Amino acid sequence: MTYIDLGFSDLAIAALLLIANGAVSIWFRLGLERTIAISAVRMIVQLAVVALALKWIFALDNPVWTVLFALFMAGAAGYEVIARQERRVGGMAVLALGAGAPFAAGLIATIFAMVAVIGPDPWYAPRYVLPIFGMMLGNALTGTSLVLDTMSTSAVRDRLAIEARLALGASRYEALRPSLRRALTTGSMPILTAMAATGIVSLPGMMTGQILAGVDPVSAAKYQVMILMLIAGSTGLAVVAAGIGSVMLLTDERHRLRLDRLSSP
Amino acid sequence: MLRVEHLRIGQLPPLSFAVTGGECLAIEGPSGSGKTRILRAIADLDPNEGHLFIDGHERGEVAATDWRKLARYVAAEPGWWADTPRATLPTTAAAQARAARLISALGLDQEVLDRPVSLLSTGERQRIALVRALIDEPKVLLLDEPTGPLDVASSALVEELIRFQLLAGRCVLIASHDAALVGRLAHARLQLGPLKRSTSGGKGAQP
Repeated sequence: MTYIDLGFSDLAIAALLLIANGAVSIWFRLGLERTIAISAVRMIVQLAVVALALKWIFALDNPVWTVLFALFMAGAAGYEVIARQERRVGGMAVLALGAGAPFAAGLIATIFAMVAVIGPDPWYAPRYVLPIFGMMLGNALTGTSLVLDTMSTSAVRDRLAIEARLALGASRYEALRPSLRRALTTGSMPILTAMAATGIVSLPGMMTGQILAGVDPVSAAKYQVMILMLIAGSTGLAVVAAGIGSVMLLTDERHRLRLDRLSSP
Repeated sequence: MLRVEHLRIGQLPPLSFAVTGGECLAIEGPSGSGKTRILRAIADLDPNEGHLFIDGHERGEVAATDWRKLARYVAAEPGWWADTPRATLPTTAAAQARAARLISALGLDQEVLDRPVSLLSTGERQRIALVRALIDEPKVLLLDEPTGPLDVASSALVEELIRFQLLAGRCVLIASHDAALVGRLAHARLQLGPLKRSTSGGKGAQP
């Protein structure tokens, strides 16, 4: 089987279904046509820009540009983490944690994948590094975001219990252990569920893509297994880092609960 | 004994006072005057400045976790982190035996420790929290409305227990709206004014 390239006319035909959705929305006065149009235009523009940027970076094949692009991705990830928090710890620290935990975890897992697992030549080949780093980052981001949100919500809700333990002489780690355990479980849940359900509910996106591109399904499955294991590993790292970081931000060195550092919801 | 020098908490005027072992200091003032904040600050649960000593140990030289084993804050509203009160107590045999004695002293049945916290009355929870705070025999007790939700008979038992702690040489600081209870227990009073923003307040009362 060979790979079938899509022409722009093919995309226009695919858009007909979306336009039909818009027509339905207008007909039933759902008011969704604006959102559909904006979302579709955003998708097209964003993917076009990314495709052109990747094409350019692949052609350059230069580690500096690869790293810069990866940093840009991490910055956007950090922004997403912060924007999703209902209550957040003030200051730069949470920004560093929200962007730093997914970035560090994604970086470690990507380098590990490049050097030890896939071994492309050169090892920093952007064609491999950037898509894999993106997948690590995206999942680590979801985990980090859930951990930060669970920790701050739990610290507010369980304040009496946490302070009761502190007053009895518990350390901040002991007092926040139930919150931390809940946050780590919540943060790991999406990737654990994804691993357990993969292939039954739907074929994972990357495997689908490789199969469409003509790769042997067994080979595509091997890639997918590797990616899921790396994602689970890096998400685990990010989740633990975000959890411990949250404990440090929500308390101080005198083992006090510092809810005054949280912004109001 | 507890010695407090130039304790500063937020906008409150700085405070200095001392409480010797066996002595009970009542902290009085209208709502919002800072009674709870002072008790919490002595236990180092909120950021504050000043020099605090218990039996000659300076707060800054003691780990916060150890300091709170010396200065025990008992909140007006107790917190629970397990389903039953017993699961929040130390597990050693000595601690369990002491808990059993204190539970009886406060007129409670032993089985309250094994009932779900959600099924206990406010007064039962309040008394169990006091028991929990006394198990490791802290030197300084910081009691915030210890009889708040209690009926007259239970209040009397709590008062008796506080008196016993004083006889054992512990320092007690109490903030309570129960004027009669305070009148019977307190050896000295610290009167707080309504919260003002001026900084010329100087020292608080010297008991």
